[in-house]
Amino acid sequence: MGDQAGLQVSLHQAAPIPLAARLVCAGGELVALVGPSGSGKTTILRCIAGLTHPGEGVVSCAGEVWLDTARGIDLAPQQRLVGIVFQHYALFPHLSAHKNVVAAMAHVPEGERAGRARDLLQLVHLSGLEGRYPRQLSGGQQQRVALARALARDPAVLLLDEPFAAVDRVTRRRLQRELAQLRTRIRVPIILVTHDLDEARVLADRMVILSRGETLQDGPSAQVMAQPASAQVARLLDQNNLFEGRVLAQRPEQGKTLLAWLDYTLEVAYAPAFGVGDRVAWMIPPECVILHRRDRPSAGESENPVSGAIREYVPLGESTSITLQIGAPAGVPLAMSMVTHHARRNSLAVGDLVKVTLLASGIHLMPHAEVVAERAAQTPARPG
Amino acid sequence: MDWPALLLSLKLSAWTVVWLLPLGIVVARQIAWREFPGRAWVEAAVALPLVLPPTVLGYYLLSVFGGASPIGQAWQSAFGRPLAFSFEGLLLASILFNIPFAVQPMQRAFQAIPDEVREAAWCSGMSHWRTFCTIEFPLAWPGIVSALVLTFAHTMGEFGVVLMMGGNIPGETQTIAIAIYDRVQAFDERGAATMSSLLLAFSLVAIGVVYMFANRIGRRRG
Repeated sequence: MGDQAGLQVSLHQAAPIPLAARLVCAGGELVALVGPSGSGKTTILRCIAGLTHPGEGVVSCAGEVWLDTARGIDLAPQQRLVGIVFQHYALFPHLSAHKNVVAAMAHVPEGERAGRARDLLQLVHLSGLEGRYPRQLSGGQQQRVALARALARDPAVLLLDEPFAAVDRVTRRRLQRELAQLRTRIRVPIILVTHDLDEARVLADRMVILSRGETLQDGPSAQVMAQPASAQVARLLDQNNLFEGRVLAQRPEQGKTLLAWLDYTLEVAYAPAFGVGDRVAWMIPPECVILHRRDRPSAGESENPVSGAIREYVPLGESTSITLQIGAPAGVPLAMSMVTHHARRNSLAVGDLVKVTLLASGIHLMPHAEVVAERAAQTPARPG
Repeated sequence: MDWPALLLSLKLSAWTVVWLLPLGIVVARQIAWREFPGRAWVEAAVALPLVLPPTVLGYYLLSVFGGASPIGQAWQSAFGRPLAFSFEGLLLASILFNIPFAVQPMQRAFQAIPDEVREAAWCSGMSHWRTFCTIEFPLAWPGIVSALVLTFAHTMGEFGVVLMMGGNIPGETQTIAIAIYDRVQAFDERGAATMSSLLLAFSLVAIGVVYMFANRIGRRRG
């Protein structure tokens, strides 16, 4: 991924904001920086743009070194070919949409600027609104002007700082679709800062998970979501079904690892990284918890059967979120989700005792950390 | 109507504005955007003429720039005339005394420009000078105009410092405010009334212009 057109970033500092971040982004790739508020996402973006100066670090893009603290290189923002869309767009309020875009075209011969600015505004679907001032545009239109201005510089990297945070849901969906379309036309690395996991999953090729300025995991979005590297990442990814277990046996010939959890023995996909007797953290996405039909048991129900009482039953439109209480006396909460009409057909209600299957393919083991202590702090339930 | 005094006041006000335009912008931008040690004291020094009695400021100006002081003597030997009780001395006093009137509105105008807007300009490839010319100055323009109008009007009406530093030399350092005082002392009620009404009208228009621009800034931000 460290190709000539790509972006390579490595940043380290202890204060004022701790940073220990590495990321790469190839030309045409979209990498999402994901993490809670204060995790350093925006700081990293600003370091790439040259607006913030890290204690130590290297930033290079398209074969050019923009920052190398060891060699005393630190180019000004004007010298870095960066197109940036700020969270609140930062349009020039006294200039029309067209002039906002022209303002970033100092490198273009004067006679060509007006035409190219019009082309860019057309690209972001703003034809006819060139003469409007930012205050006369809606949030979504302002975001589009900001994007056109960022592209006007013919940037070597495109940086997007929560670009969809300040618009309504419908506009956000539309803008996200437009960004996905735009990617087919520009071949520069794109870094998207977001705290919205769905947005990252839908738009990004890869996700970089950040916490307190540190990159915890970097990988293809689907893989990061399904296989977090640690319990901490799983928690940042909003995975609630996070438990502690112990490896009972390794059966590589059957492709299985046996896991002890509460009073159950779970069969999971063979995980060679762990030894027999190891304490591990494990997770299962709610959609991999399958309800057994109460009227008609079937053959598939021999896979990791677990029983518990329904503690919460929350229909949310087409999908219903259910929390079971597994084990006694206080019980461990296990979240599952199912199609609402399916839940209705089974006439489920709070307090009912049900059986579920934990799909072996959905169970993911992670090194044991302070999962127990942190869980105990979050919920009154007994640790799993 | 004391035309020479009025003309002198206009000339003094105009030159004060000419000097304080660049000086005020430089100081205002520093205070608005830079974090540096002792910033609070710089702001206090800028605001000091607002609370200091004009006579006190005049006294110190005379001490520092008077004929007995090293600076006054250096000026005398360089230009062949004293700094105190001359138009140049008057201008110097006027510039120092008007610093808060020039700097504070400009500072507020620059502070009202979001950091991200300037950063967006830099990331668009604009140099600091171009950012100032095409982004900062046009956005801060109403505040800068307010500052200059206030400075001009305030200089027109200034009495204490002008009297202390300039004396009361007709045609040289006698401004319209001092001329009014002279007329009252000489029981020339009509002369005093004419000039006073002129200053009153002038000040009212000046303040009106300032509020007009202040409202314009408010609307733009809204």
